[in-house]
Amino acid sequence: MENIIEVQNLTKRFGHFIAVDRVSFGVKKREIFGLLGPNGAGKSTTIRMLTTLLRPTSGKAILAGYDIVKQQDEARKHIGLVAEKIILYGHLTARENLTFFGRLFHLPKEQIKERIEKWAKRLKMEDWLDHRVETFSTGMKQRVNIIRALLTQPEILFLDEPTLGLDPQTTHLIRQFIRELNQQGVTIVLTTHDMLEAEELCHRIAIVDHGKIAACDTVANLKKTVKEKDNPTLEDVFLAITGTDIRDVAKISNSTKARRHGFGHKTESRIR
Amino acid sequence: MKTLQDLWQITKKDLLEFTRDHLRLATFVIMPMFMMILVGYIFPNQNSLKNVPIGIANKNGQEMSQKLVDVISKLKLVGDNNAFTVKSYDSLEAVKEGVKKQEISGGLFIPEDFSKKIAQNKQAEVTIVEDQANPQISQMVSQVLAKVVEEYSRQISIQKISALAQGRPISLQTIIMPLVTKIQGIIPGNPNYFEFVAPGIVAMIVMTAVLTGLAASIAREKEQGTLDGLLISPVNRLSIVLGKAFSQAIRGLIQGAIVLLLAFLLFGVKVEGSLLLVILLLLLGIFSFVGLGILVSAIAAEQETATQLLFMFQFPMLFLSGVFFPILLMPPIMQKIAYAIPLTYAIQALRKVMVLGAGFSAVRMEVLILLIFGVATLSISVPVFKRVITK
Repeated sequence: MENIIEVQNLTKRFGHFIAVDRVSFGVKKREIFGLLGPNGAGKSTTIRMLTTLLRPTSGKAILAGYDIVKQQDEARKHIGLVAEKIILYGHLTARENLTFFGRLFHLPKEQIKERIEKWAKRLKMEDWLDHRVETFSTGMKQRVNIIRALLTQPEILFLDEPTLGLDPQTTHLIRQFIRELNQQGVTIVLTTHDMLEAEELCHRIAIVDHGKIAACDTVANLKKTVKEKDNPTLEDVFLAITGTDIRDVAKISNSTKARRHGFGHKTESRIR
Repeated sequence: MKTLQDLWQITKKDLLEFTRDHLRLATFVIMPMFMMILVGYIFPNQNSLKNVPIGIANKNGQEMSQKLVDVISKLKLVGDNNAFTVKSYDSLEAVKEGVKKQEISGGLFIPEDFSKKIAQNKQAEVTIVEDQANPQISQMVSQVLAKVVEEYSRQISIQKISALAQGRPISLQTIIMPLVTKIQGIIPGNPNYFEFVAPGIVAMIVMTAVLTGLAASIAREKEQGTLDGLLISPVNRLSIVLGKAFSQAIRGLIQGAIVLLLAFLLFGVKVEGSLLLVILLLLLGIFSFVGLGILVSAIAAEQETATQLLFMFQFPMLFLSGVFFPILLMPPIMQKIAYAIPLTYAIQALRKVMVLGAGFSAVRMEVLILLIFGVATLSISVPVFKRVITK
């Protein structure tokens, strides 16, 4: 299947600090692609570059056929973003927020209205559309925030920790919704610290550490890399790859090099 | 066309957001009122001498000196109020003591030999006591007292000369005052300090409101993360910043209108020139500041930093742009700095139009300078903003 996202040697430096270091990967169309990694690993920076909010220092990325640097406006029309911070104005009602963002994408008013009603109904927010966002709970805000990201019916949806800090009910609703969207043909790039969420949703997962991709494969294949345990969980995989024990550095570069051949770059990641 | 539509969407959103915050809305209306009323009432003008306490020690007590005291006591400068409330003292020392105790804001001493000297055709002396602790009032009091004494002295001299002339056909006025000056203003009436200050206050309130408002609003969106929502849309960066600037400009103009209305209703300030030209000048003034606002918000990561940075600019601007003091009275270096501030030109032009009733041709130089300021700062700040915002 063709790749809807193609990333090649994407790099971002902030001064001397290399946040993302020559990262390359591809995301297939209609895939749910997980980006996992410890805090500060470079997940959000990668997403911000792919969503045109940060200029890459070097490297290239093509989204839905458009270069994220040279064809920003075109690329923007094909992506939706649910970022770490909720992109809504507290003083405005949910509907006012959504209409405003819809208009920024030059959507006709009727279409915006129709889409708001459709998604609000699905995410059980239809009764709250005319209430101010500042009065909402985090879960309600996040649901409206997701509707905002979907207004343009993007082909690719970036979700940066979409269920962080939400109650189990909302989390359940949102996960179900993500799956639904994917079935309708939306490609999804997801970051999360919730291993169960990643395991449940993602077709493939890239584990990022120190600005590099340490591993990238299906959950099943990733689990096979952990030999020490009989029935490893994704968490075992994650800890094995991103573990901070210095003694393990040499081990990992010997034992896992071969398995990561698809990502032809050197890695300093470790495995137990 | 799309750019303008996007710009308007952002302006509308910002204004809607603004009207939802009742506290901000209240301060938005109250602040200019406060400022105007304060400035309008605290600054003195000569016509406002009312019941100022002064002391007079009349050691002479004869008819001639008593007449002088009467004139001073009954002097009226505004309406039906006496300019002075006169207290009697025994001696020059007692008057000085009175000033020291701040019982009186100045005084007059008429020595014992006052009428005797006049009778002997000698110069009689009258002493005016000043209150140096209160230079503004004392200056006015002394001026008025000196004028009264001078006038009185002229009347005495007319009497004396007419006695000398013994019916010869000479015009006494031409001997005593061979020269007469006539002061002619551009507009009828007496301008006061408030009329000097009012255009400056309007310009200052409008422009600083826009400057801080713009920087704070961009910085706030940055901090809250909503700016990402704008940046991820296929909307021109210029539309985003100008849309925000435009909403601030509308707010600034409303504040300006409040200030003007108050100046008009409470302090009798008139706009002699065209109101349209005043609005145009204010808009241009805003335009000249937008670039600086964008630049500051691009640099500052947080709202607080932005506000603080701007305060650094604003404070000297307040004093240097000639809002309160004429630039001509400043030392040369300060004058040079003053002319590097766009606010100076906006105020200068506004004064011409509002106070002197000047037309467009009289302010075209200022208009040009403001335009250049605006275009120059924008052409620097927009690329910087674009660069910084996506790092």
